[in-house]
This record gives sequence, structure tokens and C-alpha cells, in this order.
Amino acid sequence: MAKVVLPELGEGIEKATVSYWYFKEGEKVNEKDDLVELTTDKATFNLPSPCSGMLSEIYFHEGDTVNIGEVLAVIEESQN
Amino acid sequence: MDFRVFNLGLVDFKKALQFQKEIFQEIKNNSFNGALILCRHYPVITAGRGGKTENIKVPLSELKNRGIHLYEIERGGDVTYHGPGQLIAYPVFNLNYLKKDIHLFLRQLEWLAIDFLSDFGIKGLRHKGLTGVWIDKKKVASIGIAIRDWITFHGISINIKQDDLDNFSLIKPCGMDIEMTSLESVLNRGVEIDKIKNNLIDKFRESYEFRKPVTHNS
Repeated sequence: MAKVVLPELGEGIEKATVSYWYFKEGEKVNEKDDLVELTTDKATFNLPSPCSGMLSEIYFHEGDTVNIGEVLAVIEESQN
Repeated sequence: MDFRVFNLGLVDFKKALQFQKEIFQEIKNNSFNGALILCRHYPVITAGRGGKTENIKVPLSELKNRGIHLYEIERGGDVTYHGPGQLIAYPVFNLNYLKKDIHLFLRQLEWLAIDFLSDFGIKGLRHKGLTGVWIDKKKVASIGIAIRDWITFHGISINIKQDDLDNFSLIKPCGMDIEMTSLESVLNRGVEIDKIKNNLIDKFRESYEFRKPVTHNS
């Protein structure tokens, strides 16, 4: 299981808002696929998938605020 | 760090966005590390990810009658207007080679616009929590960006011409009840955009300490 964590985004940035999920729970994702888009201030940014597998759980949905370091989702890695 | 400048002139918003995405891909492929795209747009309203339809004050049919397209796009922020009286800069920069700090990048865009205005004897301001550049309580420059894989696109538009402010009345710019202003309005004289765009390029060069850029006219 791989955790999708909101990384450091810069000095003084403590949180961001989920603006768009590119995949739904249960869907297959490939490593480096755009997984989720978030917004801070007047900027949107993407988080790529850290691995290939199935997006098994999403903890924060569109409109939710996420703190840096929190887990947004979990991916069950493919057994390749 | 490589820094290429592209002057697109007066160009359709969608074409310029497509061009940004092509440049983005080249930068992602490491063909080069940064590009500054300068242009002006035919009248258009864009809605960023925070865009709310109630911030467009007229029916969409009215926009159509005026020949103004509406595009929903992936930048941050609410609705804004772009027109031929603005100088627009789209920095497509690979922050992996600069600093991976989203707010710092936004603040740098504000500071270089303030620096650009100061060369005309105008005091541009930042208002905390209200991204953009202001002259007193009126907004002169709007900012909205997108970052993918730490490469930026979209950017900053600076109102230059006084006669291109009317269309802002069609919207609540950035979702707020604010007045817009322009460089010409404050100077009370005419300014040719083509003659001042190099000033803005210089501000980017000074801010990012790039090597002398290669300029491509298209």
C-alpha cells in the first residue's frame, strides 16, 4: 500500500484545497499519472501517482482542505 | 538556465493556451528550462478552478453577442477578463531549477509587476490575501497560475490601455466587487504596448537571473 501525501509546497504554506480528482476509488492508475489537483492561493498544482496500482481509498474530496503531510489517498500497488 | 522569450502579439486565448502547453511539454522533456510567452488577447473571459458562474454578471448570450468567448481553465482563481489592452506574460518555468515554492513564485510575479510600474513613476501595491497588484484600491494586474510537475503555466496580465477596462463590468473580477485601473488611466496619457513589453521581459530577467534570453517572434 502506498500513501499519497501532501508534500511541502513552500515556506509558510500549511494547507491546500482539493480541486479535482482525475480518478475515482477502485480505478487503476499508473505511476506518474496526474492523480489529484489541489489549489493554494491563485495556483493549482498536481500530485502524480507515486506508483502503479488501484486507487483504493480517497480520504479528502473536492472542496476539502488538506494539511501538509496528511494522507490524501491510498494506492494498492500492482504486483509486477 | 535557458530562458526563451516568445512574442505572440495579438492572439486568440485558446491558441496561446495550446502554445503554452506545447512549450510546457518541451520543458518537461528537458529541451530547455524556461520560457516567457508575451501576448495580448482578443476579448475573452476565463474562469479558473475557483470560478463561480454568479460572478459573470450578464447572460452568456450577452457575451456571445459581444463576441466574447468564455473558457473554463485549469489555473487558480475566479473569473477574469482579457483583452487587447493588456500586456500578458505567461512564464512557463521549471521550478525544479529555481525554488519549489508556490507562494514565493506568486509573490515574485507581484514584485516584478510592481517594479515594472515603478519605472513609470507608479506605486504598485500588494494587498495581503488579495493576490495581484493594486494602485491604491484599484487592481491593475491579475495573477492566476497552474503548476504541473513543478512547471508553471498561465501567469499575469497587466492592464495597460484605458479603453479596454469596460468589459470588466461584465464580471466580478476574481469574485470581488472591485474597480480595475490601467497604466494609461493613472498616467493620463497614451502608452503603446509594443514599446513597453521589453521592460517587462527585463523585469523577469532581473528577477530570475537568467542568462540573456533568445527571442522568437511569431
